[in-house]
Amino acid sequence: MNDRLLYTIVKLMLPVIVVYGIFIILHGHVTPGGGFSGGAILGAALILYGLTFGQDASLKLFPESVSKRLESGGVLVYIGIGLIGLVLGGAFLTNAGVFPLGDPGNILSGGMIPLLMIAIGIKVGSTMMTLFNALLEDE
Amino acid sequence: MTLLTIFLVLLLVLTAFAVERTKDLLSAVIVFAAFSLVLSVLWLILKAPDVALTEAAVGAGITTVILLAVLAKTERYER
Repeated sequence: MNDRLLYTIVKLMLPVIVVYGIFIILHGHVTPGGGFSGGAILGAALILYGLTFGQDASLKLFPESVSKRLESGGVLVYIGIGLIGLVLGGAFLTNAGVFPLGDPGNILSGGMIPLLMIAIGIKVGSTMMTLFNALLEDE
Repeated sequence: MTLLTIFLVLLLVLTAFAVERTKDLLSAVIVFAAFSLVLSVLWLILKAPDVALTEAAVGAGITTVILLAVLAKTERYER
């Protein structure tokens, strides 16, 4: 586990992968992709870090308690946003005039969809990390 | 364009057979990543960039890593 080439390449690539994942999540409502794809890319970046620098370093950067909370929090945010529509007299996930619609094609548009995308992205990314940690755990 | 599609479909079938026939499971995992990559390009040609993106991230990225983690805990060769 002392490979300088691997360390250097991963240090160069990690910021690019993370920024790409965030880009996919934030543009989920105007371009292909969205919460799941972007979250999977973010999760892949975290797993790459864990594979390269060892599980101890990855648990230090992203402890299991944090990933568990983010995982549940993403779902709760999604359900909470959905319930706003239910409370205001529509179906689940109805936009009852709460979220501004904006101009189509802009990043700041689409009502609640960007918020849902961010929630899904955080959930999927931390789920991948939790899965990986659970798999590599010593019995 | 159609020539490329035919080539990719043939490559897809070839890699799928290779995954099934290989006794060395590490090679099988790596060929499976190649299978996912070919499938992802095919999704792009079939005008489904959304699915292509997910396939590239999940199929070629995370599935490979998780299968490798499983392989590290078990044996490399199929009995």
